[in-house]
Amino acid sequence: MTSHPRTRGLTRRALLSHAVATVATVTVGANFICAPDAAWALEVTVLKPETMATLILMARDIYPHDRLGDEYYAAAVKGYDAAEEAEAVEAGIAALDAAAAGAGYAAYAAVPWEADRVAILRGMEASPFFQKVRGGLVTGLYNQKEVWPLFGYEGESYSKGGYIKRGFDDIAWL
Amino acid sequence: MAAPFDLKDDSVVVVIGTGAGGGVLANELAQKGVSVVALEAGGRYLPEDYVNDEWESFGQLAWLEPRTTSGDWRVAKDFSGLPAWIVKAVGGTSIHWAGASLRFQEHEWKARTTYGNVPGANLLDWPIDGAEMAPWYEKAEAKLGVTRTGDRPGLPGNNNYKVLEAGAKALGYKEVSTGRMAINSIDYDERMPCQQTGFCFQGCKWGAKWSSAYTDIPRGEATGNLEVRDRCHVLRIEHGDDGRVTGVVYADRDGVEQFQAAKVVCVAGNSIESPRLLLNSASSMFPDGLANSSGQVGRNYMRHTTGSVYAVFPEPVRMWRGTTMAGIVQDEARHDPSRGFVGGYEFETLSLGLPFMAAFLDPGAWGREFTSALDGYENMAGLWIVGEDMPQETNRVTLNTEVKDDFGMPVPNVNFDDHPNDVAMRNHAYGRGEALYRAVGATRVFPTPPYPSTHNLGTNRMSENPRDGVVNAHGQSHDVPNLFVSDGSQFTSGAAENPTLTIVALAIRQADHIASELAKGNI
Ligand SMILES: Cc1cc2nc3c(=O)[nH]c(=O)nc-3n(C[C@H](O)[C@H](O)[C@H](O)COP(=O)(O)OP(=O)(O)OC[C@H]3O[C@@H](n4cnc5c(N)ncnc54)[C@H](O)[C@@H]3O)c2cc1C
Ligand code: SF4
Repeated sequence: MTSHPRTRGLTRRALLSHAVATVATVTVGANFICAPDAAWALEVTVLKPETMATLILMARDIYPHDRLGDEYYAAAVKGYDAAEEAEAVEAGIAALDAAAAGAGYAAYAAVPWEADRVAILRGMEASPFFQKVRGGLVTGLYNQKEVWPLFGYEGESYSKGGYIKRGFDDIAWL
Repeated sequence: MAAPFDLKDDSVVVVIGTGAGGGVLANELAQKGVSVVALEAGGRYLPEDYVNDEWESFGQLAWLEPRTTSGDWRVAKDFSGLPAWIVKAVGGTSIHWAGASLRFQEHEWKARTTYGNVPGANLLDWPIDGAEMAPWYEKAEAKLGVTRTGDRPGLPGNNNYKVLEAGAKALGYKEVSTGRMAINSIDYDERMPCQQTGFCFQGCKWGAKWSSAYTDIPRGEATGNLEVRDRCHVLRIEHGDDGRVTGVVYADRDGVEQFQAAKVVCVAGNSIESPRLLLNSASSMFPDGLANSSGQVGRNYMRHTTGSVYAVFPEPVRMWRGTTMAGIVQDEARHDPSRGFVGGYEFETLSLGLPFMAAFLDPGAWGREFTSALDGYENMAGLWIVGEDMPQETNRVTLNTEVKDDFGMPVPNVNFDDHPNDVAMRNHAYGRGEALYRAVGATRVFPTPPYPSTHNLGTNRMSENPRDGVVNAHGQSHDVPNLFVSDGSQFTSGAAENPTLTIVALAIRQADHIASELAKGNI
């Protein structure tokens, strides 16, 4: 069983095991998931909606950026909602939930602290499923043009004439 | 425009690959009236085709055919199928390159003599030296329009450079500048000055940076003496009973095998494909591969001792703006064994866009330690370490007969282990790089591991004695008189400098040699 430095006692764990999903950002519907404020929604056709919701949370836990909304993580993993991926993904998420259960939680998505979820992920870091999800995120998340401005990165510059007149040497604090 | 040559025309020089080495050689020969057929595995892409987008550009230009890796280098673990970052296109990796153009230091031509017997290293002196190369370097600098040579002014410094310069000066370094770059600072040779767009690695859309794709290649074609056949992948080199090469077998753009006859064959496929081609050309006369009586084909693979240092500051840097590599500190390039290693290294500015930074900052890492680093992206500065690595016989390109490419040919395996000298140098450089950035207020510093190799060298090395290497002082095979090697695989040792200026200088010199030997009837 995974050792679990952050769990502090049966009472809290028992309580948590009754919580459905402690993650506030994603609600699960019939065959789609959406943000609580309805800012975005993602239809799932093959995967169980709960599976997709957990996958999105897993993606955030692997590459957590507090300034990025869930929609970017959803966009990064939505390709797994495909017939040829479904079996492996359902199995991978089931394994994740089983690891969470082993640590005393109802499901991975019911683990309230990121550090506790990360401890569960560390335990399955070597698995092909984890490595596939992590590897896919490197481009799936960071190659979304929409996330670049949130890191300050400006992307393409040729059409704007480069930076020769737009601050290539504007550093002021040195 | 370009004269088409007949497949049976055995008077032509065949050049394999059209990058920095092959592209220059083909043009220089054509300018001298020699008939040349250049065979290039990749397609044609010009500035209007290049894209300011890291992954899209990579997909457009990179050599992505299967390769395998082994050895203790981290690339074998993180990028096991991508040992090197090389372009497959007319113009080769001169489309991707950053333009840093440095001459070797005098002592680097004589690595064995200068460094002595370094255990585990297969060091050898070059059969040429700085005095021999000086006029060829001058021609190469004029061709490439290298800044701070001739009367060409330097480039202006961008934000990333200013941080490097301030840190270097704080440490007392003296040799700090925006470097010698094959990037125009003024109009030169019908190319415009740099517009500081910051996508030098993705192909310069302004043509401010030199690439053979839009300089040497079209100029050679304009003479009527050069025919470039793109999307033609050479599979092997054939020879006659006299041991001289007779031509090459290639798969054309439709995948159909063709034989092009040749008077002379020049191999310039970069340091992984060139030895692979010689090994794949083994025959009953040459069972260990063509030009391989020394057993050195594929050995002594060098990739420079590299690594990067990125640092986060309290305030924005925006390092991606402007030229990627126009910034250098040369004080550590000297040979000074008191530092605990032989040879030296350069610091050069380097910036990656967010997508590549995510892939290369710490491959495989995840969690907040990693993502908080990327959260500091806007406030990051970066430098690249490039230093001399030790040639080792066991660092080598071999044929992996278990994996075949689309044409059924064994793929290359690249085996690499760091030499203790490489490790000592890299650690020294990490320490100095960190100190440099801390001196200007860095709050967090990342000693970043080497990327897939951009500098690939040494696998068909030059030697005085045929026993020690594959080619002579003109890049001519010791074994096969009408076979030449014309790329970085000729390098006897790596030196601390980025290699391309030397590759180009050697190609200009080789063209001169081949043309005059042909005229004299000697080959
Ligand atoms: C991102 C990046 C930045 C760099 N920056 C610098 C820098 O600042 N300074 C510097 O000095 N160097 C730099 N380099 C290295 C530089 O690009 C290379 O040293 C140089 O291009 C090597 O020249 P080459 O002729 O040996 O090979 P290449 O330029 O790679 O050309 C080889 C060509 O041969 C073709 N080919 C291979 N096999 C076959 C075959 N069997 N049949 C037909 N064609 C074939 C390939 O498609 C390719 O077009 C950089 C490289 C990269 C990737
Ligand atoms: S920064 Fe200069 S050299 Fe680099 S791609 Fe832009 S214009 Fe070309």
